[in-house]
Amino acid sequence: MTDPAGIVTAATRAESLSAELPAGRSTGWWGMVMFVATEATLFACLLGSYYYLRFQYGPQWPPPGIEAPSLLKPLVMTAVLLPSSLPMLWAEHGIRRGQRWRLRSGLAATMLLGITFLALQATEYAEKLRQFTMTTDAYGSLFYLITGFHGLHVLIGLTMIGWLLAASLRGGSFGAHRHDRVRNAAIYWHFVDAVWAAILFTIYLTPRL
Amino acid sequence: MPTTTPSPAVSPADLARLTEHWAEPPSLRAWFSTVDHKRIGRRYLVTAGFFFALAGLSALAMRTQLARPEAGVVSPQEYNQLFTMHGTAMIFLFATPMLFGFGNFLVPLMIGSRDMAFPRLNAFGYWVFLFAGLFMWSSLPFGAAPNNGWFAYAPLTGEQNTPGLHMDVYALGLLFLGISTTAGAINFIVTALKLRAPGMSLNRVPLFVWAIVATAFMVIFALPALNLDNAMLFLDRRFDTHFFDPSAGGNVLLWQHLFWIFGHPDVYIIVMPALGIVSAVLPAFTRRGVVGYPLVVLAIVAIAIISFGVWVHHMFATGLPQLSYSFFSAASTIITIPSGLQIFAWLATMLLGRLVLKVPLLFVIGFIVTFVLGGFTGTMFALTAFDQQVTDSYFVVAHFHYVLIGGAVFPMLAGIYYWLPKITGRMYGERLGRWAFWLIFTGMHVTFFPMHLYGLFGMPRRVYTYRSEPGWDGWNLVSTVGSYLLAVGLLLVLVGVVHAVRRGKPAPPDPWSGDSLEWSTQSPPEPYNFPVLPRVHSLHPTWDERTAESTGPGASADRVLSEGRRTLLTSELDAHRERAVEMPESSLQPLLLAGALLLFFTSMLLAWYPVAAVAVLVVVVTIAVWLWPPRRPDRELGVTA
Amino acid sequence: METTADLTVSAVRDTRRRGRSRRSLPIALFGLLLLAGCAGDSPSALNPAGTGSARVAGLWWLLFWISMAVFVEVMALLIWALVFRRGTARVRHGQPLRFVTIAGAGLPLVILVAVYGVGLRDLAALGDGPGPEAPTVEVTGHKWWWEVRYPGASGATANEIHIPVGEQVRVRLRTADVLHSFWVPQLMPKTDLIAGETRETWLRAERAGSYRGQCAEYCGTQHAHMAFLVVAQPRADYDAWLARLDAPAREPGTDAERRGRQAFVQGTCSACHAVRGTGAEGRVGPDLSNVGSRWSIGAGAVPNDAGHLGGWIANSQTAKPGNAMPPQPIDAARLPDLIAYLRSLE
Ligand code: HEA
Ligand code: HEA
Ligand code: HEC
Ligand code: CUA
Ligand SMILES: [Cu+2]
Repeated sequence: MTDPAGIVTAATRAESLSAELPAGRSTGWWGMVMFVATEATLFACLLGSYYYLRFQYGPQWPPPGIEAPSLLKPLVMTAVLLPSSLPMLWAEHGIRRGQRWRLRSGLAATMLLGITFLALQATEYAEKLRQFTMTTDAYGSLFYLITGFHGLHVLIGLTMIGWLLAASLRGGSFGAHRHDRVRNAAIYWHFVDAVWAAILFTIYLTPRL
Repeated sequence: MPTTTPSPAVSPADLARLTEHWAEPPSLRAWFSTVDHKRIGRRYLVTAGFFFALAGLSALAMRTQLARPEAGVVSPQEYNQLFTMHGTAMIFLFATPMLFGFGNFLVPLMIGSRDMAFPRLNAFGYWVFLFAGLFMWSSLPFGAAPNNGWFAYAPLTGEQNTPGLHMDVYALGLLFLGISTTAGAINFIVTALKLRAPGMSLNRVPLFVWAIVATAFMVIFALPALNLDNAMLFLDRRFDTHFFDPSAGGNVLLWQHLFWIFGHPDVYIIVMPALGIVSAVLPAFTRRGVVGYPLVVLAIVAIAIISFGVWVHHMFATGLPQLSYSFFSAASTIITIPSGLQIFAWLATMLLGRLVLKVPLLFVIGFIVTFVLGGFTGTMFALTAFDQQVTDSYFVVAHFHYVLIGGAVFPMLAGIYYWLPKITGRMYGERLGRWAFWLIFTGMHVTFFPMHLYGLFGMPRRVYTYRSEPGWDGWNLVSTVGSYLLAVGLLLVLVGVVHAVRRGKPAPPDPWSGDSLEWSTQSPPEPYNFPVLPRVHSLHPTWDERTAESTGPGASADRVLSEGRRTLLTSELDAHRERAVEMPESSLQPLLLAGALLLFFTSMLLAWYPVAAVAVLVVVVTIAVWLWPPRRPDRELGVTA
Repeated sequence: METTADLTVSAVRDTRRRGRSRRSLPIALFGLLLLAGCAGDSPSALNPAGTGSARVAGLWWLLFWISMAVFVEVMALLIWALVFRRGTARVRHGQPLRFVTIAGAGLPLVILVAVYGVGLRDLAALGDGPGPEAPTVEVTGHKWWWEVRYPGASGATANEIHIPVGEQVRVRLRTADVLHSFWVPQLMPKTDLIAGETRETWLRAERAGSYRGQCAEYCGTQHAHMAFLVVAQPRADYDAWLARLDAPAREPGTDAERRGRQAFVQGTCSACHAVRGTGAEGRVGPDLSNVGSRWSIGAGAVPNDAGHLGGWIANSQTAKPGNAMPPQPIDAARLPDLIAYLRSLE
């Protein structure tokens, strides 16, 4: 303790270079995981409400006047959204090795898939809205709330990815030692993906079971 | 048991550097931009205290109205807003934020860190809390305050049954506030997981910190249910959806299920950190550690988990199947066991230690007496048959004031007296404190004990008046008198605090010979908390010579971290040192973001949807700028291609 | 004939007398606090007159004594500490985990399991409703009054339920608007009225008398004034009462009453109120065919006498602010007639 300069060098040399990642989970990682946990609970409550209203309602579901949802389009949407996690993984692994081009191309690919998903959802809505709306009955309210809320999450995820892409295009943002933000956005995106599987099952498959 | 004073082990040059990096020289800008967890914690305490006073004064107005049968002090419409705001504010704007305030101030100090994990998020959480509280209270002068009770059952809350802004204020206000609570909870969890001083393995984490972390986990998993409920309520009211409309496939009980899936854990969200305060206060005034540390931790975790499985006990009269009632009745019965464990752990601590009968201990004793009584009535409700008789009567009002005031407010008051020297650097006056205690204790029981009786005598809750035939008048008058006593006692607390801040004797670093790390800092702590981050060797670090040494002459150089604004990250379980991290500087962005959200919620309330859209844009841009990565040279980033 | 208003008072006095004579040992010990409950006209759950509430009162006393015992235990430990562990006491550093586990978890567990068993038995008893042939009352909650109908009887009444004493009576509960809760503390614990659904409970009065009930689920502005009265009568009186509910309302006997009826039928009243046999068939407000004998006006808001009735008709918003009956533009000269007519309807 007699040599303050010594402390400074001891403290800086090893650690300031080690930067964000090597040792242990970062606070950002934990923060994002906790955030996803609370969001996942929210979706669980949403789907729980769907089942609750459905089973309280009675045998016919959807209620009279609304057809059971057709499967083709949602399956296409699934085929677009679920694989979108792959380029995200690729991007993340790339930047961990310091390969910026992989980050950029991976993000761009994910974004493309996400936008396609939203576009498909828009056409799906255009079709459904002719049949029923949010104010038709509780089924309509649930349908639009659940899918709309998920769509909003996709939009937020896309905003994050767009933002990462912008930052990575600028340069000087991410590299092998600093990519916490990329990883956090990736966690979020995988989550948004996984939730869609639960929604597909609940909204589109269970009425046909 | 040596009491340490802050170590002289750090060179003046280091201290100067630490001050340079951490201090926030007073200025208007610094006031708005601070990210110091101690200032934020203090603000939480004061703001929550302010909302407590408002909610308490509402209660006094209610009690004045109820003092005599058929009184006309307030109109029914006013009374209904008063009790709703009283309940809502006490639960959401006072109890939780107050305890978050203690957590904010204390958690980093207790675990030997220099700040919370996300200091800016912390500041943001405070501003949102403040704005959401003002948002809700400001509806009262307009006569547009929420008026359907704090649990707001559908379909009374629907557009046609309650027109006007009342329930929009409720739904939007709670959604707004939820942002703050969620942010705070995440922050506590990450702070406690990653920022503990080296050596503070899980079995050395103070019980208060355990309690805060368990609370934060409950928030994470409980709050979404409330948020969803309120979102659906708002959609039903404003945009004609039908979630709670039985005539269009909706169901009114959906509201109740979701509300109580949140609501029951919420009552433990309130009591848990308060019990943590009890565990933190006892060692200093019994001169020994709390008996059965592992049992108490187990109890905390058990309560946090079981609390998610009892919600239907608030719906025992709704006519659900008996089978489900027997399940939820059993779960509600079982949840008393971990509470009992804690009570007896504290009693054993007192039976083995040496009692130092200062004001904080008085409040702890008041807590035990009151909370145990409230807990017993809770256990009675767990039996469905009995609950169906007393639910929604004043008997329930008695129960929850016993557990809320006995279980949460008394520990808070113990905490206020206990940590006042640490928070303000001043000592309070013992005599005034004793007066306050006896007035509050007497007032509390005089107010709420009779409610058991007139509840059993058939008086329902939430009635703005009653006739004299049922014979409830005498006891109601007693309650009213008691509530005035209680108010005087609380006023004395306020007087005591103000007096201490203005005229109190300067406090030494460790006036009580406390056991946890906050007592090894200055009173009040320096902006950087610890000149040298300690290395922890036991559950009672301030009583432990080796821990004391780790910040004294034996301090190792790598825990000073005076270059920049830095603190240490350690591993989640064993608290092995991982690396030092740079902490964010003060910033105005949290305030800006919270302001944009206020604009959003206000314009949603008033149906200015284009303004709301602009507010969303501001929110997005602020967050994008806030988190924008700083530019670094490629070599430092480690870019290869 | 004795009006129900008289009936109330005498019945309450009656119950009180019996309540005192049947006061059991625990009540005597806890007497000081309970005096206030059993004295007065208190609809006390601890002074049960029905099978359901009697069971719950028994459960309460069990819980009460157990709680007292545990409370005494806790207080004894606390006082022991306060007396013997101050000042000079030496700190002991043991970890008496066994004591904490047994006293804090083991013992409570044993107690709770036993109590839970008793509670389940009582819950089952409360759930044990009447058979299909039992008399049935259909109660509909309105903001803020109770509509009462009997299947088989064409008429309806409000805020007053008559049942035969000693018989289990089914009560079918529906709501016309928001949630309410049906509670007669002396007879039966609560059952909520759930919008969009039908609930059932039952009443069984063990002795004749009038028992106050009140809505126990917050239902808006006038939740405070949504009381009702359950009148338990001997079977013969009950049958006679039910027969009257099926017959047309009493014919006016005097000129004033006749004028009052005319005002009622031709005025605004009949838009919302029904009086059997007069052509007035409004369903918005309570059926008034027997309003003269009701125990109160406005579901417990004011006593049922001529003065309050006049005030109510002219402007019910002073007695019960916010209720659904608007002030009536009644010609001051017509009002006494109207009052006379309504008071004659028994
Ligand atoms: C701080 C808040 C808090 C706490 C800690 C509790 C604790 C408990 N509560 Fe309470 N409760 C509320 C706040 C709280 N409650 C509120 C706000 C409401 C009403 C909401 C509203 O309607 O507005 C409510 C309502 C409420 C109900 C619904 C009542 C109704 O509306 O009909 C029920 C039913 O089961 C219940 C049960 C319990 C139980 C079993 C406990 C247990 O956790 C208690 C455990 C503690 C002890 C038992 C004491 C210590 C133990 C011992 C000394 C061991 C020995 C004990 C025995 C052998 C019994 N509570
Ligand atoms: C933490 C929670 C909490 C607290 C502390 C209190 C405190 C009090 N409450 Fe309660 N109350 C609730 C939570 C709480 N309440 C809830 C959830 C409901 C249900 C609402 C509903 O049905 O929807 C309720 C309902 C409720 C009712 C029933 C209303 C009804 O059903 O019609 C009543 C009636 O007497 C009442 C009275 C009181 C009184 C007299 C106090 C007193 O203790 C208040 C004393 C406080 C003061 C008088 C303020 C004085 C303060 C100062 C002078 C300054 C001090 C400042 C600092 C310390 C910084 N409350
Ligand atoms: C717009 C509808 C409406 C009109 C018109 C109306 N009433 Fe009413 N009336 C009600 C409602 C609703 C209640 C129940 C109020 C409550 O208790 O909350 C009521 C209650 C009453 C009661 C008390 C009944 C009881 O048992 O408590 C009386 C008596 C009464 N009305 C008489 C009249 C008379 C006489 C008129 C005409 C001069 C009249 N009402 C016109 C709606 C109406
Ligand atoms: Cu009906 Cu309260
Ligand atoms: Cu509960």
